[in-house]
Amino acid sequence: MTAVAVDDDIGAMAGYNEAVIRQFTVATVFWGVVGFAAGVFIALQLAFPVLNFGLEWFSFGRLRPVHTSAVIFAFGGNALFATSFYVVQRTCRAPLFGGPGLAAFVFWGYQIFIVMAALGYVLGISQGKEYAEPEWYVDLWLTVVWVAYLLIFLGTLMKRREPHIYVANWFFLAFIITVAVLHLVNNASVPVSMFGAKSYGLWSGVQDALTQWWYGHNAVGFFLTAGFLGIMYYFVPKQVNRPVYSYRLSIIHFWSLIFLYIWAGPHHLHYTALPDWAQTLGMTFSIMLWMPSWGGMINGLMTLSGAWHKLRTDPVLKFLVSSIAFYGMSTFEGPVMSIKAVNSLSHYTDWTIGHVHSGALGWVAFVTFGAVYFLVPKLWKRERLYSLRLVNTHFWIATIGIVFYITSMWVSGIMQGLMWRTYNSLGFLEYSFVETVEAMHPYYLIRALGGILFLIGALIMVYNLWQTTKGKLRDEQPFGVPRA
Amino acid sequence: MFIKHSTIEKKPLLLLVLIILTISIGGLVEIVPLYTVETTIERVEGVRPYTPLEQMGRNIYVREGCYLCHSQMIRPFRDEVERYGHYSLAAESMYDHPFQWGSKRTGPDLARVGGKYSNEWHVAHMMDPRAVVPESIMPSYPFMTRELGIDDIQAHLETLRMVGVPYDDEMIANAAADLAAQADPEADHDGLLARYPKAVVGDIDGDPARVTELDALVAYLQMLGTLVDFADVDPSSLEQ
Repeated sequence: MTAVAVDDDIGAMAGYNEAVIRQFTVATVFWGVVGFAAGVFIALQLAFPVLNFGLEWFSFGRLRPVHTSAVIFAFGGNALFATSFYVVQRTCRAPLFGGPGLAAFVFWGYQIFIVMAALGYVLGISQGKEYAEPEWYVDLWLTVVWVAYLLIFLGTLMKRREPHIYVANWFFLAFIITVAVLHLVNNASVPVSMFGAKSYGLWSGVQDALTQWWYGHNAVGFFLTAGFLGIMYYFVPKQVNRPVYSYRLSIIHFWSLIFLYIWAGPHHLHYTALPDWAQTLGMTFSIMLWMPSWGGMINGLMTLSGAWHKLRTDPVLKFLVSSIAFYGMSTFEGPVMSIKAVNSLSHYTDWTIGHVHSGALGWVAFVTFGAVYFLVPKLWKRERLYSLRLVNTHFWIATIGIVFYITSMWVSGIMQGLMWRTYNSLGFLEYSFVETVEAMHPYYLIRALGGILFLIGALIMVYNLWQTTKGKLRDEQPFGVPRA
Repeated sequence: MFIKHSTIEKKPLLLLVLIILTISIGGLVEIVPLYTVETTIERVEGVRPYTPLEQMGRNIYVREGCYLCHSQMIRPFRDEVERYGHYSLAAESMYDHPFQWGSKRTGPDLARVGGKYSNEWHVAHMMDPRAVVPESIMPSYPFMTRELGIDDIQAHLETLRMVGVPYDDEMIANAAADLAAQADPEADHDGLLARYPKAVVGDIDGDPARVTELDALVAYLQMLGTLVDFADVDPSSLEQ
């Protein structure tokens, strides 16, 4: 059906807007490094609390939203802008709707959103809802930028010169519109004063809790999954030069994924004061969600059938393929953790943190690295990357970092969950809370080490891409070719 | 199907509308009943809006991101009930804008921390957690000895009333006076305690001359989980 049919080299001829994609690509890499570094720092704060310095601007509680927003919205968001604008122009054979002006507004408007949000966190301006911390004025600004984004994307689809809308664009469109709905509902609030930062949300207590996790889980489901599946559906077939494995599977898993994801939010509220019926409903749909998630994984991996040998010679493909494998792993782990009996152990512990990072580092970041390595030589009109060997080094350092991260969090999370519920022979709780905190220390060190490795890998990427944009080619043995 | 998928793939607006319909169902089915089913929030006595000082303390709790390491939601498990107290009710957070149930326990649950420790303990703990709990990894908050910056406490209460917190006219008219009185050991607390039963009053942070951020935060922590008297609650009334 609608496999990737369009040649890259017609880009300049067709008058595509590549300048804004270059800007978004640079922003992706920049915010990625900022977000990873912030993560390393707060990981070290948990191991060495002296690093909070007793200063309000450096305390864990204020920097943690800086980390999460930087990696999700700044790194992930810019990656989605860059790739969706690249993909939509080429698969529609049409330049961006609205012209360079509107695209530039979206770019600068989004960077202003990021800076306003981060400054707010550091200065103590927060709504106090996870992944929705920005206050009302930042939310309003983002709404304006997002509407412009939707206009550009939808307008480009409307004036396309290809008969069909390519599958990657279904995912991008679902991501854009759903994030808009989530954002508007979850952030509905009344400011205390038009000249002050503080507002109070419309929802309270149990209703606020479910609204927040309806938002929070679908920030994962649509921002970090549907959008990034859009990336997968373009860049994997391009990099292996094969059509998407199954068109039918992509239809089934697209509609079932977006239908089921929305229901999964209550699994963040198991055994809380949320009514049981809602918890059970959330668990049921979370388990069902395993199927469409793996539908996407199968469609991505099977696109390589007959071309697996390319993994030996193409480290960019290693990133893309490993990202799909991590996607499969974390979308299996998620449904398992949504089972109430499992969740009673895992909830409130580091297991959740590990799960999120297997998705965020393994899936989101890896598929982004793959796409960025694909994009930079094309966008800067270079023959190839500066060094494929450095891509390979990046891949292995980052992979080892992820393994340290998620295994240490599994151990510390399960251990802490078990310690909380351990009774001694006299029928008393065996451990005080702080004893479980003390037991976490070695795992927090291993986690920080994992994060440092991941950050080093990203810095290697920065160097490699920098040299690539300058048009340099590293003098090295071609990758995958045995040494003479 | 009535519409061929190849038709959807050719009409961006149709695709958009179908996506919106598909993603609307789950949210509507799960969230709307929480407003319409009466048993969602248990009917228990004692839950009241926060005093002006407690609400300001709560805002500091939100500002500092305490919810990122502390939950306020005790699950109905034997170990949690023994460690923290009676499991949390939906009613106990019905006036919380935003809710602060949390999702991670890097530190212990705080849903019923009220009354567990003395004011002095809390002040020492906020100044330097490791002075009272050597193994703690919590940041220290020495800057909270500064004066509580209150622009317009009435406007805060009025905004909260707009989003559904039942502050009455008397509470709003007395907002500034109540805020000052709660942290002042010399003040007359009768009106405050009539409006807000069980509020912790007096010199909270050891500095009676000023109303500090610590006064507000500790006033909030000390009332957490204390409003409902579970001795009077019939367990069957808690079924949702």
